[in-house]
Amino acid sequence: MSTAATVIAGCALVTFAIKAAGPVALGGRELPIWFTSIVVLLAPALLAALVATQALADGDRLAIGADTAGVAAGGLAAWRTGSIVACVLVAPAVTAALRAL
Amino acid sequence: MSAIVFAGSAQFSAIAILAQGGGAGAAIAAAALINSRFLPMGVALGPSLRGGPLSRAFQGQMVVDASWALAARPDGSFDRMLLFGSSAAQYVSWVTGTTIGALCGGALGDPEDLGLDALFPAFFLALLLSEARSGRARGVAALGALIALALVPVAPAGVPVLVASFAALVGLTRGAREAVLQRQEAEGEAR
Repeated sequence: MSTAATVIAGCALVTFAIKAAGPVALGGRELPIWFTSIVVLLAPALLAALVATQALADGDRLAIGADTAGVAAGGLAAWRTGSIVACVLVAPAVTAALRAL
Repeated sequence: MSAIVFAGSAQFSAIAILAQGGGAGAAIAAAALINSRFLPMGVALGPSLRGGPLSRAFQGQMVVDASWALAARPDGSFDRMLLFGSSAAQYVSWVTGTTIGALCGGALGDPEDLGLDALFPAFFLALLLSEARSGRARGVAALGALIALALVPVAPAGVPVLVASFAALVGLTRGAREAVLQRQEAEGEAR
């Protein structure tokens, strides 16, 4: 098998296993309050980490660039208008405009 | 690759390692680390799924960042239909986009010139702003972002976001548990 095929098959298997683990282990039953309490807070923790690592870092180093300003402008748009659509239109537009300067 | 792996950042990092001359094992390991964030997402989603283990394993494949965050309800459960629907829409666009890119990518120029790399973080930020209404949720978000940023220079890609999920352990405090109880009771009365 070629390297590319091996990597694609390996990635598919590993990703399947990771995504299946939680639902198989924890499906269809009531869970204690302490567990629900953690789950409710997983969304803000993971979302904030995704935003931070994508907007404030470039690979393995911290970096502030046009995309940082674009995401900030998008966040401002979302906060002022309450619209996710406004946010995802403003962010790339501001980023592209700054890069074109 | 888009059709059967369906996880953008993991696909890109596996390809980057191959392009740098790395082996298949290193490429797969990098993809696994990047996708490790789906582990806590799957744990959170698990209780909202129905059906046998095999059926739930396949339902778990529908988790991608954006639809997982969209489907999350404030009481800790998930809207399954919203999750499946938004993932299906993304899957179709992802595979179509990959095909278009492979056929005529050279003609489109650099996606960074269009600012497209700002689109996903902006979308996640908008979701975060609409979800994190309580002071506790905002504190956890700030903690998660700080953990991730502190780890970016020292940990391999994917690890910072995974470790940031530990910020949710704030949920073990008495105040956080009482807030969940109150919300569940309020919803019980509303029904």
